[in-house]
Amino acid sequence: MAASEEASRPFAGLSDVSISEDIPVEGDISVPVGPSRRDDEFSTLDEPVKDTIMRDLRAVGNKFIHVLYPKRSSALLRDWDLWGPLLLCVTLALLLQGGAADHEDQGGPQFAEVFVIVWFGSIIITLNSKLLGGTISFFQSLCVLGYCIMPLTVAMVVCRIVLLVSSGGIIFAVRLVVVMASFGWSTFASTAFLADSQPPNRKALVVYPVFLFYFVIAWMVLTYSP
Amino acid sequence: MASLNNLQFQEFEEAAELLSADPGASTLSMSGSNTPSTTASAGEDVKLDLSEDEEGQQESSELLGGQKPSGGFWTFEYYQSFFNVDTMQVLDRVKGSVMPQPGRNFIKYYLRSNPDLYGPFWICVTLVFSVAISGNLSTFLVERGNPTFHYRPQFHRVTIAAVVIFMYAWLVPIGLWGFLTWRQGAERQIGGYSFLETVCVYGYSLFIYIPTSVLWIIPYDWLRWTLILIAMVISGSVLVLTFWPVVRDDTKVTAVATVVTIVVLHTLLAVGCKLYFFQTAASTPTALPTSSTLHNHTTLAVKTN
Repeated sequence: MAASEEASRPFAGLSDVSISEDIPVEGDISVPVGPSRRDDEFSTLDEPVKDTIMRDLRAVGNKFIHVLYPKRSSALLRDWDLWGPLLLCVTLALLLQGGAADHEDQGGPQFAEVFVIVWFGSIIITLNSKLLGGTISFFQSLCVLGYCIMPLTVAMVVCRIVLLVSSGGIIFAVRLVVVMASFGWSTFASTAFLADSQPPNRKALVVYPVFLFYFVIAWMVLTYSP
Repeated sequence: MASLNNLQFQEFEEAAELLSADPGASTLSMSGSNTPSTTASAGEDVKLDLSEDEEGQQESSELLGGQKPSGGFWTFEYYQSFFNVDTMQVLDRVKGSVMPQPGRNFIKYYLRSNPDLYGPFWICVTLVFSVAISGNLSTFLVERGNPTFHYRPQFHRVTIAAVVIFMYAWLVPIGLWGFLTWRQGAERQIGGYSFLETVCVYGYSLFIYIPTSVLWIIPYDWLRWTLILIAMVISGSVLVLTFWPVVRDDTKVTAVATVVTIVVLHTLLAVGCKLYFFQTAASTPTALPTSSTLHNHTTLAVKTN
């Protein structure tokens, strides 16, 4: 009752008063349209296929260069992609085949074993870093760990080329040096990207599994015997 | 309550040393008696478990030994509570597993209701790879003089080592914890260990095998058996010192049988790893050509006769 009186009172008071100009009764009640999506600006549907592929290839190549000269840049982390790691993993697994092929169970790692070690190893290290309180996202970490296998893949290529010459003691020393250098490079490059995302009193706990991961891959590269 | 305070008061001085060494380390304290030490630290991640609710918390979080995880088992935070350790804490626990002292119970002294899964998991992974790689290296070193030997990476051993070691590090604690909980079920003693603590102590006790497996590369049999003995004594004593106080209240037969089973299983693991991965010259498969030549000699001898 009182509410209806309250409601009618302003109208009651206004019956003999015209609306003055200093009471603004205008406004915009249109619903603001959301920011236009990026796809509207340039639609990738109409561009030539070559452009699409080259864009991704350029992004992958850019990240390879970032691994070669590891700086603490966040460009690698922001635009993660998993093409590079896949390419590197397949290359490494293929290069590790063909050695000691006559004894099935005494030879080097099978293709599936390399795949499992690389991908499940990366996933486990990423989970470990996230469980310890890291701020890096899951796929960013997979991307970094995958790209940093590149020095070891290069070392594998070098080892196979060198093994075409001979497999004596000097050649083994050369392979050892190359593999150790690339192992150190991989570990250093990946910790340059990953270590910043951890609280300082747990850095070693995160770096050790990365060290172990690249050590195992380096071992597989080094013990490849034709 | 008063007895718990008295027990913890003795360990308090070492805790103060630890905290003064690294004031930024996060600590979890069981009761209010550790308050002076926490004010000495940076006070970052200190959780004070005020003693009024202690009984309730111990009843409700039996599986986790007093540390209540947040969320259900489907949330990420639940698993994050198992990794709540710092570098210094992990190194300290590793040190405690390598140098057991008769008065110190590993769980009560080092874990302090903060069992972690980081140590057991990564120690097992490292052990798998160190055993496989060292075995491969030792085979290579033994066979170096043999011209018929062709080096093989023997990568399948990694799979075998992984299966054996992970099964040991997880199934044996499950069995032991289940057995101990069943034995204590009647009396409802607080002295039992949680499942996570059991897994944790087993995981850390395997650490001594990592340097042992690396030293097994040296191809002298007497050295390998000596190293096994030392490693088993150290590792077994960590386990025995941890589980004896819980078991000794039981009947004599059960107590002794439990401890003996723990030691025997540990021995089986060590000896099995050594015999399978680190074969000496006499037992490698390249003995086959020599036996076939022997056969030829005997047939020749028979023929000439």
